[in-house]
Amino acid sequence: MEPAQIEVIGVTKRYTGGTVAVDDISLKIPAGTYCCLLGPSGCGKSTTLRMIAGHESISEGHIRLGDTVVTDLPPAQRGTAMMFQSYALFPHLDCTDNVAFSLKMRGVDKTARRARALDMLKLVQLDHLAERRPAQLSGGQQQRVALARALITDPQVLLLDEPLSALDPFLKIRVRQELKKLQLQLGISFIHVTHSQEEAMALADLVVVMNQGKIEQAAAPREVFNRPSTAFVAKFMGDHNVLAGRVTTVDGAGVQFEAPGGISFNAPAKDLQPGQPIEIAVRNDRVKIGQPPRKGCGMTGLVQNVEYHGQKVQVSLSAPGVDDFAVQLPETDFFSAPLAIGDAVPLTWAPEDVHILKSSVA
Amino acid sequence: MSEAVADAVLPAIDVPPRKRFSIGRYASYLQALPLAVILGMFLVLPILTIVMVSFWDYDSVQIYPDFILLNYEETLGSWVTWQTYLNTLRYTAIVWALTLVIGFWIAYFLAFHVRTATMQMVLFLICTVPFLTSNIIRMISWIPFLGRNGLINQSLMNMGLVDRPLEFLLFSDFAVVLAMVHLYSLFMVTPIFNTLMRIDRSLIEAARDAGANSWQILTNVIIPLAKPGIAIGSIFVVTLCMGDFITVRFMSGGQSASVGLMIANQISVLQYPAAAANAVILLAVVLLMVACILRVVNIRKEL
Repeated sequence: MEPAQIEVIGVTKRYTGGTVAVDDISLKIPAGTYCCLLGPSGCGKSTTLRMIAGHESISEGHIRLGDTVVTDLPPAQRGTAMMFQSYALFPHLDCTDNVAFSLKMRGVDKTARRARALDMLKLVQLDHLAERRPAQLSGGQQQRVALARALITDPQVLLLDEPLSALDPFLKIRVRQELKKLQLQLGISFIHVTHSQEEAMALADLVVVMNQGKIEQAAAPREVFNRPSTAFVAKFMGDHNVLAGRVTTVDGAGVQFEAPGGISFNAPAKDLQPGQPIEIAVRNDRVKIGQPPRKGCGMTGLVQNVEYHGQKVQVSLSAPGVDDFAVQLPETDFFSAPLAIGDAVPLTWAPEDVHILKSSVA
Repeated sequence: MSEAVADAVLPAIDVPPRKRFSIGRYASYLQALPLAVILGMFLVLPILTIVMVSFWDYDSVQIYPDFILLNYEETLGSWVTWQTYLNTLRYTAIVWALTLVIGFWIAYFLAFHVRTATMQMVLFLICTVPFLTSNIIRMISWIPFLGRNGLINQSLMNMGLVDRPLEFLLFSDFAVVLAMVHLYSLFMVTPIFNTLMRIDRSLIEAARDAGANSWQILTNVIIPLAKPGIAIGSIFVVTLCMGDFITVRFMSGGQSASVGLMIANQISVLQYPAAAANAVILLAVVLLMVACILRVVNIRKEL
C-alpha cells in the first residue's frame, strides 16, 4: 500500500469520571517518517497511539490517514497495524499461524496464507522457527514474529507500543537498528512509543515529546536536543541545565534575570518586562570549569558528585538557588585537573550557548 | 574493615561436618506422610475392598469370601445393565452439553462483559449462593414448582395457555435433566471463568487489530484458550452425572434408572458383591471417559 501521511487534528481523550488522558493535540506525520512519541509514563503517549490504532475511542477531534478520516473506523480498516507491548502473540498457535492470523480472518485459504506467512517470517529471518509456539521462542524472536504479524496486512503505518522495553540492553540496541532498517526498506511510517529519550533520538525522524496529555515539542531529534522548547523538554531530554528566575533589567542586548539564590544571569531575550519569569537552558557540555566567569554567563559552584562515564565525566554542582546543575567534561580534560567533592569552582559559558525556554503548555 | 569481617566469619563457616544420618534426608517423606495416610485409608483401601468384595459370593442372607466371576458375568450379561448404562450416558451427554453452553455463557459474561473486578466477584458469589443449601433441598424445591398443581402448571392454566396440567414437567427425563443442569452448571462456570480471566486482554485487541470480528475472536482466540477450563468442567460434570442416583430417583419418580440407582438398589437388598462388581465397572467406565477428555485437551498448564 502507498505510504500515507497521518494527521491528528485536535484530538482529546476523556475517560468517564473526567480524567483527561490526551488534551487537544494536533500533529502531522509525513509519509514514510519514523516518529517517536516520547514522554514519562502517564503522559498520554500510549493513549495517542491506541487512538490512532483504533483501540481507544476518540472523545473529540479527528484522525486522518492519507485522504481518509479514520476516526470512527475499526482498527483493521484503517490501514494501520499495531505491535503490542507484550507482543500479544497467540499462545495456542505456531509462528506461521500467528503471522497468518489476519489472512485467516479475511478468509484466505490455508495453503495461500501459510505461504504468505512464511514469506513474512523470511523477511524477519525466522522462517526456520515457523513451527514453534511463542512460548518456545526468546524475547527477541517473539518480537520479530509480532512484527511479521503486523506487517502481513501491508499497513500504511506501523504502530509500535514500547517495542523494546522487554529486551535486555544489548538486544535493545541491535533490535532498534533492525527496526530502523526495516522502516527504510518498507518506506512506510512507523510510530513508536517510548519513554527512553536515547531510543527516540537514535531512531526518530520526528520526536514528539508529550507531557500531561499535551505535546510539548514535535521536531527533528537534533532540533529537540539543541533547541528544547520548554523546561520540561530540556530536563526530559537530559544533558541540559535549566536556570529559572525573574527579569530584573532590560537593555538592548537582552535581559538580566535573578535566580532565587540571588545570582544574576544574562539572556538574549526579547519582549520581556522586569518582574516576568524566565527560564533558560545551557547544555552540560558547553559549560567550562575553571575559567574566570563571564559576567552574567557564569557562577561559582560547589562540587557535589563526580560520575565517570567513560568518554565523559559528569560533575554535579550546587549553587545558591540553582539545583541540578551538571557539567560534562571530556575524560582527559577532567583528569588533567581533577576535582574533589566540596571544591568550589568557577563555571562559565558563552552567551550564544544560552537557549531561552518557553513556559510549558501543560 | 572488610577483611576483619571475613576473618570473623570464616571460622563460623568451618563447622564440624554434618552427621550422615540427618532428619533432612527423610523430611520430604515425612511431609508427604499425612496425605499419603489419609488417601490410603479413605481412597485406596475402600476401593481395594470394593474390588475384593466384587469377587465374593452371596445369597439372600449372607456374603461369602470367595473368588468367583459370577457377579461380573451377571452384571455384564444382563440386558438391564446395558440399558441402564445407555440411559445414564444419555443423561450425561445431555447435561454435559447444556451445562457447557450455559456455563461458558455465564463465564464469558462475567469475564468479558462485567467491567469492574468487584462486580465480577459479587456476581460470581451470587452464582455460588445455591450451594449454601444441600443438593437434596435444591432438588426437592423443584417439586412444588413443576408438579401437577405446581406453580408453572397453575400459571399456564390461569393464563389460558393450556387447558390441562402439563405432565412432562415432573417425574420425567425432563425433570431429571433440569435438576442436574441446575445442580452442576456451577462446576462448569468456575473452571471456565478461571481460564477466561487469565486470557491476556491484549490478545483480543491483537485479534481485532488483525480484522477479526467478535465471532471470530470467540472461535479463534477465546475458545481455544478456554479449552483447559472446559476440560476440567467437563470432568466434574461427567463424573457427577455418571455417579448420580438421588437426582434420578427423586426427579424421575422412580420411572427412570441410572447406574448409581441400580447400585443403590442392590445395596438396599444386601447384594453387596453384585453392587461392588457394578461399582468397579462404573469406575472403569468413568476413568475411561476422563482419560478421553485428557487426551483431547492438555490441562496440565492449568494446574
